Amino acid sequence: MDIALSVTPDKYLPHRYAGASGDFNPIHIDPQFAREVGLPSNILHGLYSMAQVARACTTAAGGDPRSLRRLSVQFRGMGFPEHEMTVTGSERESRNGHTLVDVVAEQDGQQIIRNAEAELDLLGLA
Amino acid sequence: MPVKTEAKGKVYPPFEYEVGKEKIAEYARAVGEDNPVYFDREQARAAGFRDIPAPPMFAVVYSMGSVGPGLFDPDVGINFAMMVHGGQEFAWGEPVCSGDTISTATTVKDIFDKDGRGFYVFQSVSSNQLGQEVVRGTWTNIVRGV
Repeated sequence: MDIALSVTPDKYLPHRYAGASGDFNPIHIDPQFAREVGLPSNILHGLYSMAQVARACTTAAGGDPRSLRRLSVQFRGMGFPEHEMTVTGSERESRNGHTLVDVVAEQDGQQIIRNAEAELDLLGLA
Repeated sequence: MPVKTEAKGKVYPPFEYEVGKEKIAEYARAVGEDNPVYFDREQARAAGFRDIPAPPMFAVVYSMGSVGPGLFDPDVGINFAMMVHGGQEFAWGEPVCSGDTISTATTVKDIFDKDGRGFYVFQSVSSNQLGQEVVRGTWTNIVRGV
């Protein structure tokens, strides 16, 4: 099983994710504030990027949200709106319908999520 | 200077969250989920869900009311200016659906320092109104320069 997803969050995506998640930390939604605290611009919510990893995994497993049993990630670096994010991964092992996959998320060649490990249940796939 | 670890083992009171169809749709749109089960009750039921299911990572929406107080607890003493969200794990159980009431309780699982960085690990356990566990979250926050 191969995991592959690419998405380019638009300029206002961090605002929509802030509203959806309730995380209004200004480093995510206010470019001026972000620059004042030393960031290049406002940055993506890490949990938004993790949601892209989750989406890549369930999509590869056939689309059923019940297929994702466990997901662990490490956040590294920073993600930015208006830059393409690619999520890639491959199967480490599979038995009895349970599959372990290793996944990373990158932007501009830099990993923003590394060492992600997902456990997928493929029993529902025909 | 070692981090203060007295808050290790501290338990926060449960936080209840009522899951709604429109909040699921708002979250699903924000993260790019387009599976019709997240938007259409008939399709959700046809797929075997009790009602419209939440995407797995919706866990952050109903958990945050429980995890947040721990992050801001002076007993824990996280220096926010130097904090990054270092890692996250979720292990899912019963699906969460519109109409559910999810109760989440959070514990300070561990506090330690390593290589000049403080690690603050919280565990959240969320259950539905039937007492079924829906997700177990492990939240790792790292503070530089402790």
